[in-house]
Amino acid sequence: MAVDRRKFLQAAGLTALGIAAKPLALLAQDADSLEIIEPNKIPQETPLTAKRWAMVIDMQKCLDHENIKDCSKACHEAHNVPHFGNPKDEIKWIWEEELHTAFHEVNHEYIDEKLHHGHYPVLCNHCDNPPCVRVCPTQATWKRENDGIVMMDWHRCIGCRYCVVACPYGSRSFNWRDPRPYIEKINPDFPTRMRGVVEKCTFCEERLAKGQIPACVEAAKNDTIVFGDLEDPESNVRKLLRDRFSLRRKSALGTQPEVYYLV
Amino acid sequence: MYDSPKVLLGLVIFLVLITFPIWYNVASGTADYVPELEKPVKGDNCVMETTYMRSFHMDVLNTWRDEAVRQNDRVFIAEDGTKYNKSLSHTCLDCHSNKEGFCDKCHDYVKVDPYCWDCHVIPEKEMK
Repeated sequence: MAVDRRKFLQAAGLTALGIAAKPLALLAQDADSLEIIEPNKIPQETPLTAKRWAMVIDMQKCLDHENIKDCSKACHEAHNVPHFGNPKDEIKWIWEEELHTAFHEVNHEYIDEKLHHGHYPVLCNHCDNPPCVRVCPTQATWKRENDGIVMMDWHRCIGCRYCVVACPYGSRSFNWRDPRPYIEKINPDFPTRMRGVVEKCTFCEERLAKGQIPACVEAAKNDTIVFGDLEDPESNVRKLLRDRFSLRRKSALGTQPEVYYLV
Repeated sequence: MYDSPKVLLGLVIFLVLITFPIWYNVASGTADYVPELEKPVKGDNCVMETTYMRSFHMDVLNTWRDEAVRQNDRVFIAEDGTKYNKSLSHTCLDCHSNKEGFCDKCHDYVKVDPYCWDCHVIPEKEMK
């Protein structure tokens, strides 16, 4: 059958009309299907969201060890972090450093003596320009576009340890051995890792998804650690960063760390 | 062909030997063995059709994994509109609470060894 110009134009017009009508039909269908969703089976609370998560740690409050001594424990218990009992195999998500190790470029011997006695919690800085992400050959680690968290996909990590080398903060640890036997009490709500996988802090993204603040922020006393949205000018973190002078670890490297330390 | 009777005999013996497991199973009556899976204790229906899940649960789990971890998309909306948390340890094992009687039985039968449990926690088993 020959198709003349007239028939072709008719068919083309009808097709265009059909394509244009489809989204409308889908919209109507969506409205119907939304109504029958049973909310009772929704297992989670409203997630906490932000455009750019950041953490602010008050160094003055870290002078009192009481304020932050539970952070590491709370984090490591929540995330099934093993304790091998030797520093070579150590896995750490958040831990304490002294002034001269955490902030060696600003440290000098005439600095206020009491700052030398502080224990400063350090963790993954969730950099805006994360070198670990750049080197990962499998995209097992990446920066989330919507909130800036430097995430890890342990399913995809092949254990090449490029990221461990690339991270200037030592925030990444490698599982040289099967970690499971070395976890004191397994938290059934979080997976463990397997041998040959790198791990690090994820800003408690699994807790944020359930509407909870990070475990270390919760464990720290007296608002020593504050967590909030850097893109919101009225957020708690922005207010603190406006009012007080702050440091970032090794900021000269250009990684744009998003964990701030109030002096 | 030289020595064709010998060669043919050899071939027949070879064929009998290589197919021996099949004959053995037929003779012992285990050829039509299918693993009896333990039915879930609660829940009327799975997140998708049972027949689909039987063949493609691994694809469902892989999709769930990628969506939950990589896209932070943790809620699965079933065909009937029910929402489920995309979680192996929780959503799946909530109903199929007996991993040995459900997952392992079939996996052993077809000789696959998924490594989900190297990391993911079997709720009751790991509670100390």
